Order: sequence, then structure tokens, then C-alpha cells
Amino acid sequence: MSDLTKLTIAEARAKLDAREFTALELTDAYLGAIEAANETFNAYVAVTHDKARAMAKASDERLAGGQAGALEGIPLGIKDLFATEGVHTQAASHILDGFKPRYESTVTANLWADGAVMLGKLNMDEFAMGSSNETSYYGPVKNPWRAKGSNTDLVPGGSSGGSAAAVAAWLCAGATATDTGGSIRQPAAFTGTVGIKPTYGRCSRWGTVAFASSLDQAGPIARDVRDAAILLQSMASVDKKDATSVDLPVPDYTAALGQSVKGMKIGIPREYRVEGMPEEIETLWQQGIAWLKDAGAEIVDITLPHTKYALPAYYIVAPAEASSNLARYDGVRYGLRVPGKDITDMYEQTRAAGFGREVKRRIMIGTYVLSAGYYDAYYVQAQKVRTLIKRDFETVFADGVDAILTPATPSSAFGIADQEMAADPVKMYLNDIFTVTVNMAGLPGIAVPAGLDHKGLPLGLQLIGKPFEEETLFRTAHVIEQAAGRFEAPKWW
Amino acid sequence: MSVDVDTVTRVARLARIAVTAEDAQRMTGELNAILGFVEQLGEVDVSGVEPMTSVIPMQMRRRDDAVTDGSKAADVVANAPATEENFFMVPKVIE
Repeated sequence: MSDLTKLTIAEARAKLDAREFTALELTDAYLGAIEAANETFNAYVAVTHDKARAMAKASDERLAGGQAGALEGIPLGIKDLFATEGVHTQAASHILDGFKPRYESTVTANLWADGAVMLGKLNMDEFAMGSSNETSYYGPVKNPWRAKGSNTDLVPGGSSGGSAAAVAAWLCAGATATDTGGSIRQPAAFTGTVGIKPTYGRCSRWGTVAFASSLDQAGPIARDVRDAAILLQSMASVDKKDATSVDLPVPDYTAALGQSVKGMKIGIPREYRVEGMPEEIETLWQQGIAWLKDAGAEIVDITLPHTKYALPAYYIVAPAEASSNLARYDGVRYGLRVPGKDITDMYEQTRAAGFGREVKRRIMIGTYVLSAGYYDAYYVQAQKVRTLIKRDFETVFADGVDAILTPATPSSAFGIADQEMAADPVKMYLNDIFTVTVNMAGLPGIAVPAGLDHKGLPLGLQLIGKPFEEETLFRTAHVIEQAAGRFEAPKWW
Repeated sequence: MSVDVDTVTRVARLARIAVTAEDAQRMTGELNAILGFVEQLGEVDVSGVEPMTSVIPMQMRRRDDAVTDGSKAADVVANAPATEENFFMVPKVIE
């Protein structure tokens, strides 16, 4: 039965309709795979066996009754950031110990309404702050990919590291993820999977634990472009409960697949050629350009002059918003409480014990840049630079560019407990150098696997689109996928 | 700009995070590395540029000022570390 886990969502859905197997058999196949391999990967922080089997049985009834939804019987992993009613929801943090929400996030509610089955909650960097999944209270996640001839454990990227590893290791058919600075696209690139961060406002943020509210967006990580389109179709919605949810109908994303890119204008930004970038990233980029050219797209050189300021501006805006959002963890309303000699001491002891190092670091930066006397110099300056970053994109789109092609990451996956990354927080932050601009401008971006490096590790390309033109990204990414093929980790576990 | 240990201790107090002298020392170095990195924003000419307030141009949605939910006190306190009769319990605040 284990080969059921190798099916894409589109394939599994068709076979469920054809009664080749039941939803319960499919779910049991995944539960078996998780049982066998989760100890190795640490991708799930909670497995919901009983709930999964009950949901799968209900799916079988709906399949039999001809009332099957778009994701009927499809087993999914859910990032620990999404509130799931009565189920472990801790943003992989110690401070949310034991938290089981009494409500369901809009994104997951949409998935269940379409018939999807929940396998469990996926590991992540604590409060989505990290690029390697090493800041999790539950420990690091292992990447299913290893360099050729090596037994060294690699990170799956982050913050959605559990999501990416689970999809790549066949421990779920697809996963939810979130992206504040690259947290969907970077792990997708590190694991040979497809990840899309939609336009800000496309997926409701209601019921998703907040990190940086003006940047956070949910999206899927999937085995291929079609599955990513199917999942986003369900996750995206218009939601009155989120004041930034945009009132636009959700288009049929899969209809864009297979459409030609002939005549489309693809921009190549010169600022994404950064110093110290490995030669093979450049080669991959050129290969992507060649594929799109062969498919009839017109390639144009563009300039996005404020690119280099996106990451520093992000490291003011995101911590500032985080310091405010994370003020709610006070030992009173949920999660951990450490006793103190008075209420202030209780707050301080609880937060000292409950937050990990990286989270504390960002709360401290955020508190500092928002404090009296520094607000204008840091926060207002960063928000002005953000306006300029967005204007760069608006200018190239106004000049007729339909989408922008860039590398997804400046390197392939690195080792767990990498010494250089651990010694210098800024070096870790540089992982997001190609992805963070997209969050700062609120645009959609997709990472699609495009090749392997000399170590045999996956590398991804990123496509950036105009606001709410996810269809253009799916269409173009599909062309790259057709040319590049799909990449599967050789099974060693 | 850079921070010293006293500033870090003050910021930790504002953020309600207990730090030891050793933590404050370590954090000072880390924070200065990050502040050094963001320093380059100062070189951008932002004259006449409005700070961003919303990435997607949109009007804040309004709703009727009406009660649409509620009577869920037990749900609200369900996850609290200490409660009594649907109240949150905290250490004594007023002498």
C-alpha cells in the first residue's frame, strides 16, 4: 500500500473517484509512513491518528454519496501556526504549551470544507522566525535530501521546514505553510518541492498565529505545480474576519496550467546577481531563462534598484510587528506560566522561559526600534524604503513585464548546526535575500524546482507576479516544471 | 547606532523578558550585529516618500456596530493556566 503515498493530489483524487482505493486506505498509508519515518525527520510535532481516520471515513461516505469535494479524502499536514480546533497549536514554541484552540483558522476550515483529511501538525521555526527550522522548541527537522555520498543531515529550510520535509518525504500529500520573508519558498527550494506565497490578502490570516501582520501570508507546499494550484484554490478565500482579506473572487488556478507563455514578457533583475553567489545558481538561472525563451516568452533585462535594502528594512519592520504581536504571551490567557514574586516578575519569567533565543532577539530588536527616540530613524525610515521597493516593482510591471524570474535561494540546503550560521544571525538572514522583497511589496511568488547542484541537492527558481496574478505564476512555473522535470529525494530512510 | 548593556537591559524590561547579566552581554553583541546590518538604510534618499501603510491599496472594511458573537466565557478561559469561575487568575496587583 505504501506506493499510495507517491501519488500526487491530482492522481489520488482521480483514483478515489474511480474507487481504486478508499480514502481510509490512503490515510492509513500516510499514517503508516509517518509511523515509520517521523522519528527520523521530526517533521510532525503532533499526529492526529484518530481524527485523520474519522475524517477519511467521512470522506468515503461522501465519495459513495456523490458529494465529494475538490480535496475529498486527501491527507494533508498542517503547519503548527494554524489554529486547529482541539488540536495542538503552538507555533512550535514552549510559551504556547498545551494550547488547544476552541476555534479553527479560516485556511484550514476551507480545506476541511473541501473534504481534506488532517494527518497532524508540522514542525516549524518558533513563531515562524528562522530559515532552517532549528529555532523550533521541538528540535530541528531533517531534510530528506542528502548530498551524494554523504550522511550529513541537512536542514529543510524554514520556517515551514516541517511542511517541506513532510511533502518531500511522502509523509503527506501536501501541506499548509506560511511565508513572512521566504518561509514557503526557501524550504520548497531546499527540498525539491513547489511552494507559492500568494498576494497579501489572498488567504485569510484569521486563526493563523501572527508573526508580522503586514507580511504574513499562507500558502501551500506541494509535490508539483498542479497540486500547489489545487491547494491554493481551496486555501484562498474572501473572509470578513480578516480586515486585510481582499474582496476578489478566487479564480480556477488549474485552468492556467498548460497555457502557453508565448509572447509573455519575463523580467530578469540585474540586482539579483549577488556577490559570492555560487556559479551553479547563475547557471540554473540562465537555464530557466533558456526554457522560457524556448517556450516563446520574451526575456527583458530589468532593474529593481532598491533590492539590497529589502532585507535590512525587513529586519526592522518584521521584528517591530512581532514585538507587538507577541506581547500577548504573558502567562495569563494561554500556555506557559512561570510563577514570579509579583505580576511583572511573572510576565518576565514566563517570557524568559517560554521564548527561544531567536524569538527573544527579534522581540528585543522590535522593542528597540519602536522605542521613544528611535521610531523615526528606524521604523519610519524602513517603511519609506518599503514604499520605494514596491515602486520598483510597479515601474517594471507598468513597462509591460508580466513576471520576474530569479533564483529562489542563494545556495542549496546547508547542514544542521552550521557553525557560521549559528555564529552570525545576519548570515542566516541572508537566506531570504531573493524572497523577502516579495513580502515587502505584497506580491505573489512561487518557487519551483529547476535542477540539482554538483552535490546532487535541489535548487529552485522563483517567479514573481503582479498582485493577484497567481494564474500567471502557475502557468509559467508549469512551463519550467515541464522542462526541468520533477526531483525526488533518493530514499535512504 | 549601537546599543550598550544598559540599553539592552532597559529594552528587555520594556519587552518584559527577564535577562541575566550574562544574557544582556550576549544580546548586546547580537543586537549590534543586526543594527549594524540595518544601518545601510540611512543611505537611501527618502525625501518626499510616504511611509508604507498597506501593501495592497484597500479600504478598511466596515461592519455594523452590532453584537455578532459572544457568551463564550468558558471557551475564552479554557486555555488559561489559572482560572476561577471563568475569570483569569493572576498574582495580586493592588496592595
